[in-house]
Amino acid sequence: MNYLHDLSTFLPGIIVGVAGLIVVLIDCYKDDYKGIVGLTIASLTAALAISIMDLFGPTGESFYGMISYGGVAAFGNTVILFGTLFCVLISYEYLEAIDHNFGEVYAMILFATTGMLGLASANNLVMIFLGLETMSICLYVLAGIIKERKTGAEAALKYFLLGAFSTGFLLYGMALLYGATGSLDIQEIAQAASSDLLFVAGGGLLLVGFFFKVSAVPFHMWTPDVYEGTPTTLTAYMSTASKSAAFIAFITIVSRLLPEGTADWSQVLQVIAIATMILGNIIALVQDNIKRMLAYSSIAHAGYLLVGLAAATPEGYSAVLYYLLAYTIMNIGAFGVVAYYERQHGLDLLDINNYAGLGFKRPMMAVMLSIFLFSLAGIPGFVGFVGKYYVFAAAIHADLIGLAIVGVLASAASVYYYLRPMVFMYMREAHKDIPLVKSGWMFKGSLIVLTILTIYFGIAPADLSHLLSSYYSGDWIAQTLIP
Amino acid sequence: MISYIFIFLAILAVASALAVVISRNTVNSALFLVLTMVALAGVYLLLQAQFVAVIQVIVYAGAIMVLFLFVIMLLNLDAEKSLFNKLRVKYFVAFIFGVAVLAQILYSMGTVSNMLPEISPQMAQIGTVEAIGDVLFKEYILPFHIVALLLTAAATGALLIAQHTINPVTEKND
Repeated sequence: MNYLHDLSTFLPGIIVGVAGLIVVLIDCYKDDYKGIVGLTIASLTAALAISIMDLFGPTGESFYGMISYGGVAAFGNTVILFGTLFCVLISYEYLEAIDHNFGEVYAMILFATTGMLGLASANNLVMIFLGLETMSICLYVLAGIIKERKTGAEAALKYFLLGAFSTGFLLYGMALLYGATGSLDIQEIAQAASSDLLFVAGGGLLLVGFFFKVSAVPFHMWTPDVYEGTPTTLTAYMSTASKSAAFIAFITIVSRLLPEGTADWSQVLQVIAIATMILGNIIALVQDNIKRMLAYSSIAHAGYLLVGLAAATPEGYSAVLYYLLAYTIMNIGAFGVVAYYERQHGLDLLDINNYAGLGFKRPMMAVMLSIFLFSLAGIPGFVGFVGKYYVFAAAIHADLIGLAIVGVLASAASVYYYLRPMVFMYMREAHKDIPLVKSGWMFKGSLIVLTILTIYFGIAPADLSHLLSSYYSGDWIAQTLIP
Repeated sequence: MISYIFIFLAILAVASALAVVISRNTVNSALFLVLTMVALAGVYLLLQAQFVAVIQVIVYAGAIMVLFLFVIMLLNLDAEKSLFNKLRVKYFVAFIFGVAVLAQILYSMGTVSNMLPEISPQMAQIGTVEAIGDVLFKEYILPFHIVALLLTAAATGALLIAQHTINPVTEKND
């Protein structure tokens, strides 16, 4: 093994992890939040640049087959680092405004990101488990940093207990898979796969663990409470970067670890996808708290993503990858604007009724929120529509017509609750005069960039989707779909 | 003989794990957990995995259980007096004897002689410290480092939650 070469293949993760350690050290000696945030942003930017370059680089495996690099792994790293970077950019001002800007928060974000990068590149069950745990433990902590408020403590405790429980399922599944096949390497497991009970039970338990992490129905119960209690910008981090990482690993599992013929895995995913889309959208209809609404909407989006996985074709997988980027862009944007409104003191600006008349106060923010919500609803012209189109098209091409119909109907129902905040903002009279503070350049600038990307990828999706489907063409199938 | 020892240790592990759950006294539960760990370490020894057996006793039965007991005592969930008077010696002896007798019954009923796999010299090599170190710092070098980061993150996170106390923020009506 060429050690330097292997290190260079996991360079983004190494940069982010080392930066996390340095942040902890700085935080011990100095209350220098500016420096910490600067270091965090610089390291994330550098890692993002490297992983974007890796998108076009060679693919392969390193560290004795522990991780893969290039291709899908590089795209996963890019989405995760992109999401993390923008969450940190909007977090600084928000956390300052709610008096919870601690240096350790950034260290936790960086450590969690390292875990996510490991998870997205994982090629071995050990790496999947460690990546997932590193990510989850940091997220449990981030969920609880507003511990003075009951919702914060509830969020952290609920997330921790249920998360630990689901980790148990995951680990049990891995143990059974190891027992059935005698290996932890994904390729070797797939080669030794059979349809005996041990293997199927292991695969099923593994799926349960992942269903929990991506908050698919019926393992979604924690999501609304956790999202509500977590500081809003960190909720954005939780719902985008961590979900992307989990979904990339999910693709690895479904496409490479569980070969067709051992059990009807697609059927399982279809049922879960239908339940997730229907339940997430229906409950979101009646939410008055905008963060809870976004939480249920994120459950619904997990359902759409599962549609792509259920298709179980290269087209489906690349559609899921595209959707992950789309979801990351628009969801961070939506949470960012909500965070902006929320930090105005004296009024509960999470309650949707209080959005009345805000549309004309700070027109820029209101317009951006509208664009993000339009995109989440899947209105043509924005990135969310393209993502949904690819996913449902993949389902139709895989002869899952019923699944696609349910998805489109659920997505049509979702327009109601996405439009509701806009109705309040633009068409209702304000109850009272709410002075809205000005936002800083970093906050506003990153939201503007996200808006531009929402529109850009909505209008010109072709380049990226070609790149993504090229990852799944040619020898990919020969390599991985071994019967 | 080895089969009998295995059955004895297995029953001891399962019975004391049940006792952890059933026992109402938290200190007793913790002590039964120690017994489970020690019994499992014995099973590892039978499989010639000396390193794992030793680590099991030192780390789990030693360090982690001491922490458990500290927390239980500090939290003082039960009144101090009731912590110890329930664990009588005769019950404990009865528990061990019961396990031994049950193991004997199962052993003679099952008429099994070779439940444990044949341990070849290569398999015995795997359990040694050198072999584990070799694998740990070669094949598993990246997971090893990620574990290091995970533990740092957990310690930092515990500090983050425990350390900062802020004046309660104005409670919104949620």
